[in-house]
Amino acid sequence: MTTQPMTMLEAINHTLHAEMAHDDRVMVFGEDVAANGGVFRATEGLLDAFGADRVVDTPLAEGVIAGTAVGLAAAGMVPVPEIQFLGFSYQAFHQIAGQVARLRYRTRGRFDAPITIRAPFGGGVRTPELHSESLEAQYANIPGLKIVMPASAADAKGLLTTAIRDPDPVLFLEPLRGYRMLRDEVPLGEHLVPFGEARTVVGADDPADDEVVVFAWSFMVEMSRRAADLVADEGIRVRVVDLRTLVPLDVDTIRTCVEAIGRVVVVQEAPETNGFASELIATINDEAFYSLEAPVARVSGYDAPYPVGQLEDSYVPDAERIAEAIRRTARAA
Amino acid sequence: MIPEPTTARRRHPRLRRTTTGRVWRHRVGSGNMAGVTDAARLDDDTLRAMMAEMISSRVFSQRVFNLQRQGRAGTNAPVDGSEAILAGVSFALDPAEDWVLPQYRELVGLERFGTDVLDRYVLYSLGHPAGGHIPAPTRVWPPQISLATQVPHAVGLAWGMKRAGEPGCVLVFLGDGSTSEGDFYEACNFAGVLDAPVIVVVVNNGWAISTPVSSQTRAKTFSEKSHAFGIPGVHVDGTDAVAVYEAIADARTRAVNGAGPTLVECVTYRLGPHTTADDPTRYVPADELAAARERDPIEVMRSELEGRGLWSEADTEATVAAADARMEAAVVAGEATPLDQAELFDHVYAEHTPRLAAQRARFVAEHGGAS
Repeated sequence: MTTQPMTMLEAINHTLHAEMAHDDRVMVFGEDVAANGGVFRATEGLLDAFGADRVVDTPLAEGVIAGTAVGLAAAGMVPVPEIQFLGFSYQAFHQIAGQVARLRYRTRGRFDAPITIRAPFGGGVRTPELHSESLEAQYANIPGLKIVMPASAADAKGLLTTAIRDPDPVLFLEPLRGYRMLRDEVPLGEHLVPFGEARTVVGADDPADDEVVVFAWSFMVEMSRRAADLVADEGIRVRVVDLRTLVPLDVDTIRTCVEAIGRVVVVQEAPETNGFASELIATINDEAFYSLEAPVARVSGYDAPYPVGQLEDSYVPDAERIAEAIRRTARAA
Repeated sequence: MIPEPTTARRRHPRLRRTTTGRVWRHRVGSGNMAGVTDAARLDDDTLRAMMAEMISSRVFSQRVFNLQRQGRAGTNAPVDGSEAILAGVSFALDPAEDWVLPQYRELVGLERFGTDVLDRYVLYSLGHPAGGHIPAPTRVWPPQISLATQVPHAVGLAWGMKRAGEPGCVLVFLGDGSTSEGDFYEACNFAGVLDAPVIVVVVNNGWAISTPVSSQTRAKTFSEKSHAFGIPGVHVDGTDAVAVYEAIADARTRAVNGAGPTLVECVTYRLGPHTTADDPTRYVPADELAAARERDPIEVMRSELEGRGLWSEADTEATVAAADARMEAAVVAGEATPLDQAELFDHVYAEHTPRLAAQRARFVAEHGGAS
């Protein structure tokens, strides 16, 4: 398939255009998504291409953005609302967790909920308060939602296409630091990446040839890749696995890698306590405990609110912090 | 005889019934009272059908209430005091084109939308998961417990219908207490922006469990909140089924002709407890309740129709008997509906995720059930 280099942001915009052209039921709405094309330009050009019936600026009310998606889905539409920043979804949590996630369940299958809620998240770009939170663990604890967190432009396209065509509600989380920093070859034709299939970013053909496996998602995949480069010079062979989707989770790949390698680092940007990393470690305990050769290391943000700009570089895990966890895990007896 | 309103405990003195032959209308503050009871748009058969629906809804509700007292059903909210509102709404809408999104007190009064509504409500009350599934083509949603969250849903549904060019409108119920939720404001505001074909009905029965309206708002009425949304607001006597009918019929005409949403406040008084779990004698002033029971909406309608020679005691007896039989059949069918415990895994996703499938397989292996 023909490919073209794109940033993740360009890939998302390209995919929204493609999916709105593919299916007339798709509607994009949220704060500043129409005339302004989104504050990051993710929805640039959609208003001109598809009209004001399908691309709609909403009032500044996250709860009703998520809540109307429920009704639109019941009316047979395919809603693709945007929450401008994931931290703002606190004001929509009751609708996302209590309503969007369980529309199918509470109506016992009468209504599908083919809703894809897009939201940028994550730190590193000096945003004001509540723009940078990593809330994936909160949402992964809500049955009925799927949690999708791409780490490359190509995956952003493949996973967003799958999300929009999926009959279940998807929280599609976009790393705002990666919007323009992540750039790779994106297939131009129809490109779907199935949910629940992790991707090996760095590693030997045979996992058994690697010494440490790092599980990460979203922008922490890029940080983990850089960490793998750092320790490669020291002779540590690292496998970096991008989970891509937290729900559904690719348990098979996790088990296979842990069984083959035995030394594991889990990386997340979110606070340490009750993060999705904890769930991964519990899963490893369930699936492959006796294959472990060292305690599973966890690299996280801290149990403090996401900080202001002059503190955030100390908060968000960087390549050196991840590299140190890899070294410690590789050396552990 | 028409059933008296539900009482949690029979502490009240038995109240004298009045037959004034005149439809009582609320006077609340200086709000404009819509709803002069002019039955010009309603023929005699419709009035009789509305009367029967009101009586039936109270019979249905009391039966579900009693099932809870017998340990056969879960917590439920009786209808007493809302019967005229439900009849007015039901008969003003077109069940073939319009949707109703209830809160949780209304499912006993929507028989006109299809027998599935009551049958599924019985299942819901019995705690059976199938109670949440009101099948197509019946255009009614299941009960909503998270207060006011249904208002954004209604606006979204109306928005989608408008975009699809479908006829009809969406009517959503909420209570006086629920108007304090942000979802009410967010949704009514957006409905105005969208000119969405939606009717937002605030059932003001005076109480949110134990919290009176005076603790919810300093506004004189709930309907005047429509000014903030830039949409019409209508204040109507909710004990007068014909007045409610007129208000909803007008709002529907606006909605389906592209004139956008309407906020309709129906004022009544909650004649029973909030739910089976509530004891209103702790907080409802006895004299206030006594005064409200003088204006029991069923009695208001009955005396009006009897005065016109359209209703008789024999009609009441026949209606109550039919409702009892209808409900008995629903309960028998509901209690006989099979249930597989593994259904707790169903409908979480369109297809089980691998993890949920594994949990289900483990559950079935441990507890039995369909594989």
